[in-house]
Amino acid sequence: MEEREEATKDVEVAPALIAVHPHQRSVAVAIGPDLRVFDLHASAAVSLVDDSGGPFHSDSIRAARFGAKGKLFVSAGDDKIVKIWSTEFWRCFCTVSSEKRVCAVAISIDGSYVCFADKFGVVWIVDLTGYDGNQPLGDKKATAILSHYCSIITRLEFSPDGRFIVSADRDFKIRVTVFSKRPLNGAHEIQSFCLGHTEFVSCLAFVHGQDCPQDFLLSGSGDSTVRLWDISSGALLDTCEVSIKAGLLESSGEAQENDHAITDLCTVLDSLLVAVAVQSLQGIVLVSCNHSARTLSVAKVVPFAGEAFVPIGLGYCPSEGILWMITGASSLPRSSCPSLARVRVISGFDVEQEPAVVEDDKVPGGEKLLETLQGTVSVNGNVFLEAAEAVKTAMCNLLIKKQYPAENRDFRKRTRNDRKFKP
Amino acid sequence: MPETEVNPTHSKSTGLPRKRFYRARAHSNPLSDSHFPVPISPSHVDYSLHYPQFFPSAGQANNSKKIQFADIGCGFGGLLISLSTLFPETLMIGMELRDKVTEYVKERILALRVANPGQYQNVSVVRTNSMKYIPNYFEKAQLTKMFFLFPDPHFKEKNHRRRVISPHLLDEYAYALEVGGIIYTITDVEELGEWMKSCLENHPMFEALSEKELEADPVVKLLSSATEEGQKVARNGGQTFPAIFRRIVPSDQTP
Ligand SMILES: C[S@@+](CC[C@H](N)C(=O)[O-])C[C@H]1O[C@@H](n2cnc3c(N)ncnc32)[C@H](O)[C@@H]1O
Repeated sequence: MEEREEATKDVEVAPALIAVHPHQRSVAVAIGPDLRVFDLHASAAVSLVDDSGGPFHSDSIRAARFGAKGKLFVSAGDDKIVKIWSTEFWRCFCTVSSEKRVCAVAISIDGSYVCFADKFGVVWIVDLTGYDGNQPLGDKKATAILSHYCSIITRLEFSPDGRFIVSADRDFKIRVTVFSKRPLNGAHEIQSFCLGHTEFVSCLAFVHGQDCPQDFLLSGSGDSTVRLWDISSGALLDTCEVSIKAGLLESSGEAQENDHAITDLCTVLDSLLVAVAVQSLQGIVLVSCNHSARTLSVAKVVPFAGEAFVPIGLGYCPSEGILWMITGASSLPRSSCPSLARVRVISGFDVEQEPAVVEDDKVPGGEKLLETLQGTVSVNGNVFLEAAEAVKTAMCNLLIKKQYPAENRDFRKRTRNDRKFKP
Repeated sequence: MPETEVNPTHSKSTGLPRKRFYRARAHSNPLSDSHFPVPISPSHVDYSLHYPQFFPSAGQANNSKKIQFADIGCGFGGLLISLSTLFPETLMIGMELRDKVTEYVKERILALRVANPGQYQNVSVVRTNSMKYIPNYFEKAQLTKMFFLFPDPHFKEKNHRRRVISPHLLDEYAYALEVGGIIYTITDVEELGEWMKSCLENHPMFEALSEKELEADPVVKLLSSATEEGQKVARNGGQTFPAIFRRIVPSDQTP
């Protein structure tokens, strides 16, 4: 039998995703097969147009993001299609099919290439060079450029200078590969491996130095740490034990293993701070990043009073200084409401102010935005806690290897269907 | 054995482990998840466990010696044993997926160390899946030689991705090898030989050794004679198909 696609219900649970336009022209939320976009300039929901001739998403979207310049947007997931959108009029001009389910996407810094990773650890590239943004692109085929052997790739990221493509996986590994001038010929030259995490790597982000030209890489992991790396050598510069340093282990008493996996992170305030979302935490941990000393330290925890809200996805808009957060999931088992999304924002990162969660009516775009992105304005906190819990279970099932005791393993072998003889 | 206790799995006359106690399934599936310890990074590999004579105490930082040869899918370890005396100052390791076979190689090396004091101190073996964990064992450009002798053929098209030589895995081997380092492959399966050769030819970071270089390299002769699999093929008068390439700097990198 080949690597099985885990068929358990919990794995089908797909976390809600959020993506923020780099200049906050729009905000997008993906929930199940739904892509919801709100245009903040027009202050209206966007109606998506499909010029590509391809189908719309028919299964959970697992990755959705803007390009660095904000002109392009990509969505992809379990339906094995990658849709590339021009954000000008929100037209999908290209639909690429993948052999396997897609779990991560990235857009090259200059917007010339879209890369995506499938569930078998292969990274593919789609060439958009010379595309003028107006015509639908004909049939586009993806080309494989590199592979993490039989691992699940969790994130893909281009370095800000465009020289490297970084891929993270469930086997604790981060690979940094030279993104050559002719990337369709493959990405063969490995610059480094960043090794040090002791659980799956869940998220990546780059930090830019203020006075030093070197960009460092940040990673978050199921091992509850955020780490800082020099990608040119793969050297681990610092490790921040977020859940211990933020006092999460005490507050929740006997913490279960993997209870405090890092689910997402993003840099805020010109990379001076890193906002970190942690499993089961009703709040955001702010980690300060000292670029010249190459250190990370927990600055504070922004708790959420009142409504129960465990953020699982983050997006930051540098021009507005606003952190967008999402919780929710689709395909929830045992729930009256199979798909849920809740969006909140934090503002006030400027040094003099205290960052705080903004009331719904003060959110950019107001209740109209919330209605578009969440599907509803009214919210009941408890269902979101359940959703966050379901996402946590799904993430653990997918990314953490089961430790079968030896006897169990033998039993599994004996009862495996593919080995059973026909009666 | 130093103490004269009788070990039923070892030969009484030579003290060497007997292969029949260490046989396992002929092929194992490298895609299935097994559980064995994996070092977090190359700096976590405990050299004092593998090479106690070179590294008398754990965590000896001043000894900068590193493993330079890797025999991937080493099987019963015949190649390592031959290389050990040919390059007595070079540290080398076998990587083997099958548990019992790895145990056999371990016992074999220990027995040889006892029988030949001062020798075979530079060879060791680990049980691991080389397709996943090479970067956990070796730093960039650490290796000078990698060996892939008589790898499992995986004939079916859909199983080609299980082959230890593939276009994408070569990226990792190119990473672990220093520029000028050499990758040795050999098989008795013609189709696999063609496959390995074409993967290497089409990779921008490898180039074939010339006839002259092959003749001058003492290791080349060992490929078909030193391993258990090679000897079996030779006994049956089978043909072998080697492909031996050097790690080079890719051409779009040269100024
Ligand atoms: C046909 S044997 C050849 C052994 C040896 N090189 C020789 O020539 O006698 C191939 C060996 O590779 C091992 N192997 C297969 N896949 C492997 C992997 N992914 N990592 C490590 N060893 C592997 C198998 O267990 C087997 O012992």
